[in-house]
Amino acid sequence: MPRVSIEDLKKIRGNGKPGVSSKKFRAKVLVCAGTGCISGNSYKTAKALETEIEKQGLAQQVQVVKTGCQGFCAEGPIVIVQPDGIFYRGVGPKHAPKMIEEHLLNGKPVEKLMYTLPGQEHPIPLLKEIPFFAKQKLVVLRNRGAIDPEKIDDYIAADGYKALEKALTLMTPEQILSEIKKSGLRGRGGGGFPAGIKWESCRRAAQHRHVDPVLVCNADEGDPGAFMDRSIIESDPHAVLEGMIIGARAIGCKEGFVYIRHEYPVARERLSKAIEQARDYGLLGKNILDSGVDFDIEVVRGAGAFVCGESTALMASLEGNLGEPRAKYIHTVEYGYKNRPTNLNNVETWANVPVIINNGSKWFASMGTGEVTENPWEGSSGTKVFSLVGKVHNTGLIEVPMGITLREIVFNIGGGIPDGHQFKAVQTGGPSGGCLPESLLDMPVDFDSLTEAGSMMGSGGMIVMDDQTCMVEVARYFISFLTEESCGKCVPCREGLTSSLEILDRITQGKGSEEDLELLEEIAEVMRDCCFCALGTSASNPVLSTIRYFKKEYEAHIKDHQCPAGVCRELIEYDIDPEKCDGCHACVPACSVHAITGEVKELHTLDKTECIKCGACIEVCKRQAILKCPRSFAA
Amino acid sequence: MKTIKLKIDGIETEAEDRTTILSIAQRLGIKIPNLCHHPLLEPYGVCRICTVEVKSGTRTRMVTACNYPATNGIEVLTNSPRVRRNRKMIVEWMMAQCGHVKILKDMAAEYDISKPRFGRGTDDCILCGLCVRVCSDVVGANVLGFFNRGATREVSTAFGETSEKCIACGACAWICPTTHLKMENEKLERFRTLPGSERLCRYSLMGVTKGALCANSFQCWKCEVEQRFHDQLQTHPIFLGRSRKIKEIDAYVSQLNEMRG
Repeated sequence: MPRVSIEDLKKIRGNGKPGVSSKKFRAKVLVCAGTGCISGNSYKTAKALETEIEKQGLAQQVQVVKTGCQGFCAEGPIVIVQPDGIFYRGVGPKHAPKMIEEHLLNGKPVEKLMYTLPGQEHPIPLLKEIPFFAKQKLVVLRNRGAIDPEKIDDYIAADGYKALEKALTLMTPEQILSEIKKSGLRGRGGGGFPAGIKWESCRRAAQHRHVDPVLVCNADEGDPGAFMDRSIIESDPHAVLEGMIIGARAIGCKEGFVYIRHEYPVARERLSKAIEQARDYGLLGKNILDSGVDFDIEVVRGAGAFVCGESTALMASLEGNLGEPRAKYIHTVEYGYKNRPTNLNNVETWANVPVIINNGSKWFASMGTGEVTENPWEGSSGTKVFSLVGKVHNTGLIEVPMGITLREIVFNIGGGIPDGHQFKAVQTGGPSGGCLPESLLDMPVDFDSLTEAGSMMGSGGMIVMDDQTCMVEVARYFISFLTEESCGKCVPCREGLTSSLEILDRITQGKGSEEDLELLEEIAEVMRDCCFCALGTSASNPVLSTIRYFKKEYEAHIKDHQCPAGVCRELIEYDIDPEKCDGCHACVPACSVHAITGEVKELHTLDKTECIKCGACIEVCKRQAILKCPRSFAA
Repeated sequence: MKTIKLKIDGIETEAEDRTTILSIAQRLGIKIPNLCHHPLLEPYGVCRICTVEVKSGTRTRMVTACNYPATNGIEVLTNSPRVRRNRKMIVEWMMAQCGHVKILKDMAAEYDISKPRFGRGTDDCILCGLCVRVCSDVVGANVLGFFNRGATREVSTAFGETSEKCIACGACAWICPTTHLKMENEKLERFRTLPGSERLCRYSLMGVTKGALCANSFQCWKCEVEQRFHDQLQTHPIFLGRSRKIKEIDAYVSQLNEMRG
């Protein structure tokens, strides 16, 4: 397809609803093709559905669309049938014949494949009635699961590139800047710096120095358990591109980069495809939509360093240098990539831009907390995408308005804690975020409240923990992650993390002393003061927040040499409950060190000196006869 | 250039806009300790020893003096309790790593550290990066670099092998504050195997001296050129290219060249 004009775009849109770009279909079968569902074999499911549709002679009436991530990853592979809005979960290729026959031929949705709330009997057929979806507000993820991310026409039909049209033909760069500023949009990568202010200073620096500015999209998402950026690119790559082109128009950039993780093959492929399609249509390249604006985007792969998500380290890596941060006393909007003014924003920030231009800053600012029109620092507007993982029923990707409470996220959207356990903490903001206890569940989720509580918004990872989690071990885990990922350039980060890890190791082994707690806090304060980049200054959050809210657990480890949650291996012992063991003998072959002995149908015994506490016996024991008990230090 | 007003430790002073705090303090005779800074290299800011407290309006932040550009109206505290606490901890961390390094021992005495609370290794390298930077930014040989990440970070040549690109200038060993880096005599063998007519001294290779052959049979540590630069000018010949402005060096070199013909 050659270059398109604004009229052509309107024509594509006129053809109908998203997903039905050239032809009217009676029904659409939307198969989730996000990374989660792909690993659950959703491509095979889609293929089976297509074959079955062909077989039943429905090919002219029903269309199969492979969409981006639907968000409800715990229940994948997901299939949604539109226009009925029926939600199917766990659909494998073998379910295809029944589904097509019953639902699409006989008009009777298949109950067996529908979602049922835990503890309930009757399934919920409609997507919009499932609590996981009902409480969400989709702005960034507006097209998720509705369009084929690999087809630009689908995106255009869903009002895509409409904002670009408006920005290029009806608005001056200054008007775009003021609109973004008034919307109160703050950086979604973690820092929460107002995007409008950043754009404006970049534009000013470029004009002042007469140097071409550069635009960068940060898709180097490295937090454990976070996959917001990946899903946004996988489900709607053109939204990110459109945001970037609008940004380029506002700032005056001709050159842009997307720095994306090598570990995201699907997202990378879809993004490259989207860029190629946009180039074909003339939406990237020279003279975009005959407006005289030139802009092109290059995709650069990261090589797997966590620290390269930090803006200056990312730029060093883009230049081809060692991915290490540099001092930010002179901002990157003045001297960034190759000493040119550089405007870097996160994937989610860019994806927000087209919606703001389309719907206006007032609409955007009406969502969220605070009064942001005058001063974006006053609150947090819009929505935020979170990846909700850990000990909750419904894990997956969610988008909620800013200011929603943690309780609503964990208990209404997440569906609470499984297996009858109690909620203990929720960790927000990735490895350098903090753990928030139950008493803070009613706190609104926005940039400033989270920071005040000793955590942070981060890029949007949210890990829920239940009463079987040891908070000291959690802090140790995150510190050990950061120790491995610290670049080691500055002393406080390199040595501070290593010494914190040393102390935490000691505490989880029951060898900690009371001075250790004070020392941990002192280390944390010095790191916050002196570290080079945000990785170091925020690295103390997991330690400080767990000491602040779960001090009792630390004390139990130090004073009583006990791990209340029964996690720290050095502090527990395994034993066999004589009343429960029925001598089924299942645990004996499971034990790799032959610590369990006993005859079939007789009481088994466990040799504590041999046991390595790997937990293999607990997994195979059907009668829960293996006990974790506090280790006796007297002996 | 714009002139700005600022206050350092209560002393009011004026300076050019965006001069580093360290250079202003040095001019005023205020001592700020530093380990990774050299006046002839770009500031790097990794040892964080030179951290000072900067008050700007209502905001107080800790910054490194070696690379923080001073702006109008700021108030700098170079020895406040918070600054001392931070420095103490940083020295302690370095002591834990390289306990017997002299400059660290001296600093430890200043910050009342008798025994560091952490301990791991007995290394000599404090990873200040001076050798890496002198090799890439001044010599231009790019022989040294950082390897690995985090606690395993180290300075090395590519793949730990003797580099073909090394001109054996010795600038890295000269600039090293802990004498961790040493020139290995047997590695200088490479120069000795060259035919006599090509056996130029390394200062000749660097362009410091004109066409001189080595008079010390490549026992560079006996070299008079190096000694004189060090004793009389407190600098290494390698900095010549950078510091043409320093008249003394210029005069010295012309004298040297005349002497050597």
